[in-house]
This record gives sequence, structure tokens and C-alpha cells, in this order.
Amino acid sequence: MSDTTVTPEVAASATPKAPSGSMRFFKSLLLIRESWVGMIGALIVLFWVVVALFAPWLAPFDPLATLQPFAAPGTEFAGNDIAPPGVFYLGTDHLGRDVLSRIIFGSRTVLFYAPIATVTAYTVGIFMGLAAGYIGGWWDEILSMITNIILSFPVLVLYILIITLIGPSGINIIIAITFATGPTVMRIVRGLVLDLKNRDYVAAAQTRGEGSWRIMLVEILPNARGPLIVDACLRLGYVIITIGVLGFLGLGLPPPQPDWGGMINETRSMAMAFPHMTIYPCIAISSLILGFNLLADGLREVSLRD
Amino acid sequence: MAILILRRLGLMILTMIAVSLLLFLLLEINVENVAVKVLGPYTSEEQRQIWLEANGYMRPLYVRYFDWLTNFAMGDFGESVRFKVPVSEVLWPRLANTAILALAVFVLLIPISLTLGILAGMKEGSPTDRTISVGSIITTSIPEFASTVLFSAIFVFWLGWLPGTSGMTDGFSIAELILPVMVLVVYSVGYVARMTRASMADVMTTHYIRTAVLKGIPYKQVILKHALRNALIAPFTVIVLQVNWLLSGVIVVEFFFAYKGFGALLLEASLNQDIYLIEACAMVAVAVVVMAQTIADIGYTFLNPRIRFS
Repeated sequence: MSDTTVTPEVAASATPKAPSGSMRFFKSLLLIRESWVGMIGALIVLFWVVVALFAPWLAPFDPLATLQPFAAPGTEFAGNDIAPPGVFYLGTDHLGRDVLSRIIFGSRTVLFYAPIATVTAYTVGIFMGLAAGYIGGWWDEILSMITNIILSFPVLVLYILIITLIGPSGINIIIAITFATGPTVMRIVRGLVLDLKNRDYVAAAQTRGEGSWRIMLVEILPNARGPLIVDACLRLGYVIITIGVLGFLGLGLPPPQPDWGGMINETRSMAMAFPHMTIYPCIAISSLILGFNLLADGLREVSLRD
Repeated sequence: MAILILRRLGLMILTMIAVSLLLFLLLEINVENVAVKVLGPYTSEEQRQIWLEANGYMRPLYVRYFDWLTNFAMGDFGESVRFKVPVSEVLWPRLANTAILALAVFVLLIPISLTLGILAGMKEGSPTDRTISVGSIITTSIPEFASTVLFSAIFVFWLGWLPGTSGMTDGFSIAELILPVMVLVVYSVGYVARMTRASMADVMTTHYIRTAVLKGIPYKQVILKHALRNALIAPFTVIVLQVNWLLSGVIVVEFFFAYKGFGALLLEASLNQDIYLIEACAMVAVAVVVMAQTIADIGYTFLNPRIRFS
């Protein structure tokens, strides 16, 4: 590790910035303003975050209240002892629950589980990747082998296997996503670490006598953040798809909770006769994924510019 | 080259063995559990014990694993609890159906995505590039389960052009294949096109392309003779590895359209806790993916002259 020579291609690769404070980090995120694609993505994501935060004030009805089954979009509701009068802007489902309110509350479910699952997958993946890339040797061999085995499963097959083994519930969905996504993150982090560990500042830290974990977490990780942030945005999109697919296959969150994938699954048999029940949740989930994908694209564009 | 292929094949077999061990441990380490799944929850303790004794479940774990593995390698996957027939009898026809689906997808996916990717990558930043790039982000953002619903709403409910299910109850029908194929192609096309675009854009900035253009070779020839050959190496890998995503998509699409394929079978097996069927399906799925990875690796070294001749 005492070799401090930097090969030209390593020096020329991305993310050579010196470690900097968190203020500068947030300022660099604001560069997204320069990419209109990224801005649209950020606005869509922001829209859903606001909807999720203010769901109780935005939703016209209780998402679990059964009011008037099979109402078409725009039907006026006269009001009864459960709910005050109002309009079913997007109609109601087969149990008479307001679709708009369920979509609004469903955004809470998605925006609660998806970020948590992504963060846990990233935590596991980052530690695995740092250990494999920086310590190397047997750690690398074993961690890479585990990764290869997990990645040789088709993703959805892995999810189905895990969920059928441990049962469908919120926490188990997070576990399944961490298990299946962690290895992908590990591969990315490992690659970045292999690139970064020969830099001068790492050699300097080693000379100062800093411990391995300190070097990994304080010296290397902050400098690998650029590609990781872009990937995390894309990954969030995939995790949202995963949560949706599991709901769609009936392996998602238990029924009464408003969950977009589950809404599609519950009403898909009636989609031919009452398309509004199914199509609006589809549009909601697609728009949120589109938001994250556009955001990731914008971030990548901005990060490649300088 | 030959050594490389042999090493890659060896790695493939090793991975399969590791996966089989993992699957076996996950599903069969608890024999009580196996008995409950095979005999059903309403059986007595003695019945389960007798069954476990009769089927060799009282032997040590490693003996059972090797026994299971040899049976597996010989094509004996045990008997499906749900269908009450040997697993292989259900598995192979279903796999053939999915192969038809996958073939149709690839036949459409490859030319469409490559053409779009090349058109976009030829001139980076042009209006064509912008349109194709944004379009591909949009199509990859609509998950398969959403597009199944959207497409069937449009083509089955509003236009009435296509049948809404693909059960193939009256024999094989192309009309019933259109919607499932369309969903899978639309979802994958954006990703492959983006990868092709990136590869093409990379090639277009190289010196030899600049030289060719400056020499006065017609633009069409520069693209067809100089650029394409190098630009299509990376998309080859991407397309082969698309098998992994396709297998996931196939589960969703077959489930929705009631297509009698492998994906639907795997889901059904999982939902019914049909343990031997799950094992067989998972192993087949992994085998397909690992084979695709091997083909992608070997193919890449073969296509890339820098590796081929070194």
C-alpha cells in the first residue's frame, strides 16, 4: 500500500474532488437546476413527497371507509353518517373506497418503505463493498462469491422465494430487498474502492496511521459519493417497482393498507369494466418511478459536466 | 481462448452447485417443515414421521443433499404436491411455452432497440437523440404490471382488437401472444436502446471515425462499415443479460394474462408451497441466467479482438 504513484487513467477518472464539508455537498446537489430533465424529475418526486406528507389534509375521504361501490369518476357523494358529502374525483373501487384518497395515502406507503429498503440495502452493500475492495484477499473472495451466487437468481424469482419463505409483511419486504439489492450495490462500491484506494490522500492517511475502517469511511466513501448518489436514485425507482410487483402478485403488504401495487392487484379482474380503479394507481406508480429516473439522469448529466 | 472458455464453464458449474446447496438448505434443512408442506397441515405427527422415514429424510443432511443433487442431475425432480404428477411432466411443457414467448420478444427487441440506439447515438444531442432518450426513460419507468393493465385497457377494452387473456385454451393463437410480447418488449427496449446509444456515442468520438469522415468517405458508409462493428459489441452483452430481467417480467406477464408458462408455474408453486416444484423452477431459472452470463462473457471475448488475439 506504500506505492503512491497514480496511473494516468486513475487520475483522469471521475470524482477526483478533495474531501469537502457537507455544505458544499448540498450546494453541489443544487446543480441539478442546470438540467431540465433533472428538474422535471425533482419536481415530480417533490410533488409526491408533499402529497405523502400532507395526505390527511389532501385526501377528500378516509381511504379505508367503504362508501359507494363502483362509482364512476366524478360521481357526487351525498354524504352519510360515515363521511361528509363530496365528489369521487377518480371514482371508487369494488368495496366503495375512494380511489383518489387511496392513491394519496398509498404514496405514504411507497415513500416510507422504498427509501428505508434502499438505505438498508445501501448500508449492507457499502460495508460489503468497502471490505471487499479495501481489505481484499479472502474477504474479497468470499464476499464476491456470495454476491455472484445471489446475482445468478433472476431478481423477481429471488424476491418470490424470500417472501414465500419468510411471509409477506412490511419488515420482510425490506429484508428481501436488502438481501437482493445489497450485492449489486456491493459490486459498484467495490469497483469504486479499487479505483480510489491508490490515491495520494489514502496513502497520506495510511502514513498518519489511521485505522482501516476510518480510512474506508472517512477518506474513501465520501469520494465515491457521486456515482453512488446517481445509482441510489435509479435504485429507488427499482425498489418502488419491486414493492409494486410484490403487491401486484399478492405478496405485498397485507390488504387494508392502501398500497399502489396491491390496489392494482385487487381490482385488475375488473379492469375491463371499471378501468378507473386500476389505471389511476398505475399512472401514480409510473409517474413516481419516472420522477426518480429523470432525477438520476439529470444528476448523471450534471456530474459528467464538470 | 480455449482456456478462458473452459474456466468460464467451470465457474458456471461451480455457481450452479453453490446455488443448489443454498436452495437445498433454505427449503429442506427443517425436515418437519418438508413433511408439513408435502402432506399438508392436517396430518398427524405419526403420519409425518412414517413419511419422513419412508422417504429417507432421517439420513444425515449431507447424504440427503448428495442424493438430491444426483437425482436432480438425472432429471428426477420429485413429485409436485399440487399437480400430483412428477415435476418434470409439468415443468418442460411450461418451459417450452415461455421459450416461445421469449423468442418472440427477442425477435422484436433486438432490431428495434438497436436501430433506436444507433439513431440516437449517431449524433449526440440532436433532436432525434433527445426524443429517443427521453422516450426510453419513459418506457422503462412504466413497470410491467402497470403496462399490462394499460395495454389491456387500450387494446382489449377500448379498441377491442385483442383478447384479454392468453390461456391458449383453443390451441396456439398468435393473437393471444401479441399483448404479452408487447408488454415485455416495451419495457426492455428503452434500456437496451440507451446502452446501444452510449456505446455508439462513444465510438463516434473516436479518432478513426473522425479520420474516416475527414477522408471524405460517405457518412452512410462511415456508420455502416466503421462505427457499427465496434458499437455493437457492448449491446450484445446487454441483450444476452436481458434474459435475467425477461425472466422476472415473464412472471408478471404470464400471471396477468394467464399464459401457461414457466413464470406462472414458479409463482403458483411458491404460493402453494409446492416444495419440489419450487426447487426445480428456481434451479431452472438460475441455470438460464448463469448460462446467459456465460454466453455473454464468452461472446464478449470472442467479439472483442483486443481480448481475442491477446
